[in-house]
Amino acid sequence: MESFFSRFKNVLVLVAILLAQTIGLAVQVRRPVEAGAPDGESVTLIRYWAVSTVTPLERLFHGFGYNVRHAWSNYIDLRNTRQQNSDLQQQIARLRLEQAALSEDAIQGHRLQALLDFQQHYVAATVAAQVIGTSGNDLSRVLYIDKGAKDGLKADQAVITPDGIIGKLRDVFPHTSQVLLINDQTSGAGVLLATTRIRGILRGSSSGQIVINNLTPDSRIKPGEPVLTSGGDQVYPRGLPVGTIESIKLDPDHQPYTLIQLRPAANLNRLEEVLVITGTQATLPREAQHDLAVGVATAETQAKQLADQQAAEAAAKSAAQIVADRLPSLHDTDDLATPAATAGAAPANPGGVVPKPLPTVHTDRYTQGATPPAADLKPGAPERNSPVKPVAPAAPSTTQPQTTPQQESTNPRQPSPTETPNPQP
Amino acid sequence: MATRSYTSRRELEQHSFHPAVTVLVPLVAILLQALLPRPFPRLAILDLPLIVTVFFAVSRRNPVAGTLTGASIGLLQDALTNQPIGVNGMAKSVIGYIAASIGIQIDVENLTTRVIMNFGFFILNSVLLFLINRRLLGHSDFHLQWFHELLRAAVNTAVALPIFFLLDNTKRTE
Repeated sequence: MESFFSRFKNVLVLVAILLAQTIGLAVQVRRPVEAGAPDGESVTLIRYWAVSTVTPLERLFHGFGYNVRHAWSNYIDLRNTRQQNSDLQQQIARLRLEQAALSEDAIQGHRLQALLDFQQHYVAATVAAQVIGTSGNDLSRVLYIDKGAKDGLKADQAVITPDGIIGKLRDVFPHTSQVLLINDQTSGAGVLLATTRIRGILRGSSSGQIVINNLTPDSRIKPGEPVLTSGGDQVYPRGLPVGTIESIKLDPDHQPYTLIQLRPAANLNRLEEVLVITGTQATLPREAQHDLAVGVATAETQAKQLADQQAAEAAAKSAAQIVADRLPSLHDTDDLATPAATAGAAPANPGGVVPKPLPTVHTDRYTQGATPPAADLKPGAPERNSPVKPVAPAAPSTTQPQTTPQQESTNPRQPSPTETPNPQP
Repeated sequence: MATRSYTSRRELEQHSFHPAVTVLVPLVAILLQALLPRPFPRLAILDLPLIVTVFFAVSRRNPVAGTLTGASIGLLQDALTNQPIGVNGMAKSVIGYIAASIGIQIDVENLTTRVIMNFGFFILNSVLLFLINRRLLGHSDFHLQWFHELLRAAVNTAVALPIFFLLDNTKRTE
């Protein structure tokens, strides 16, 4: 028996170690119910020992690198700072105008939400943290940040950047926390397609991409559509940017469903500083309310300035009009038609023609239109041969201008016996 | 008649290391592995702990020591991830055992041998991780991307050669 152990000592050691680790794996895999959930106490203890061994060194290296970068960027590399400052000020001015434009909609939205008794969770408190390390394994996409339970962090709190969500806290140690990124294969989040308002479940993959794979084909879903958090997972507050749809194809593993691949809003590969959401509330935070009030005030000031400007322009225009009316000059019909059109009245002469005279009450030979055309006159012809029946001109029309009198008949008029013949010159 | 002493290759070329080297080199490898992918995300393809495991295993030429070294480094590596503790520990235990066994049989100081050996161990590591994830942990969506694994093996082999030459200076011949 002794010779057996001495002869196969190497193999037996290997088998024993593999067996022990297999049992350890079985114990760990049995307990966690959901993917991405924190470990049990014993496993957390092992991780805590390892993290306590490695993270002080990570902090040391990170601090050294941070100080070097800080000194370089804040004291040495200050090129184009003035230009950047100017650009940022212009951007602030533009954003203030946009804020003013959106504040009214925001207030109206809040009123409607209050009417519907809709519970919205706003980010109330955050803790800023710096990324100090990674897992060092491309099959495990986790980060380590320099804040932990001592800073008020707890497991399952959302971690974001100003660009969008990046993950949630998985294990929280006293001075360090492990962040599970949304592109890890055990990660998940409830999302909402911004345009179509379709809800889905976001998942990571072993290749490091984020996908939605629980939706059936829908022609309304197009690449480029923004995706937001839905708030249904109780981890990420509603409305935070997640990413945009990059491609849509059928899922080869789950055939009725589509595989919607997203481009994350935040750059998950280059994270320096993150925000951990430590509290939410149903009403807008005080700072946001203040910003909203500033936006409303700006909008009101803008509206007042616009109204004053319009009134001044109208006053100046009316004064100029009065002066122009009093001056003896020919008025261009186009200029006259414009105020009439703006006043809502129909133009008197839309064609710009000479207005017709009033209809004649008693026609005679001097009445307009009584003279026959020159083509019908013959030299030396008697007066009675040149009769033209005077026709009463039609009433002035605003729609059909009439430049010549209408003739009902081309036949010469037969004078009556009682009619006195016109004297010939 | 001259007296001949038959000493095995293992007895002639079995190396040992200073305890500080034994502890610090794997720790530094794990630390660099955790730090480098943050500023350089593409360096996540490296597996410095595996390079160190192979080096210590082939240098010591002791399968038990190789197994224990691989298990220790793998378990410490697992503790920094969100994976169950033991995934990398099992894979590196097997590789440490095989590397130490190979070190007894062949000349691992040769450059060509080191290239082939490292490339083969990295492919074996990928296969072992695939088997552990698919068979033991039941991750049915875990796929082996062969092109990526070949690229990983090639890159790590290229990185392993200078590291091996660097660590050769820490050997103490018994």
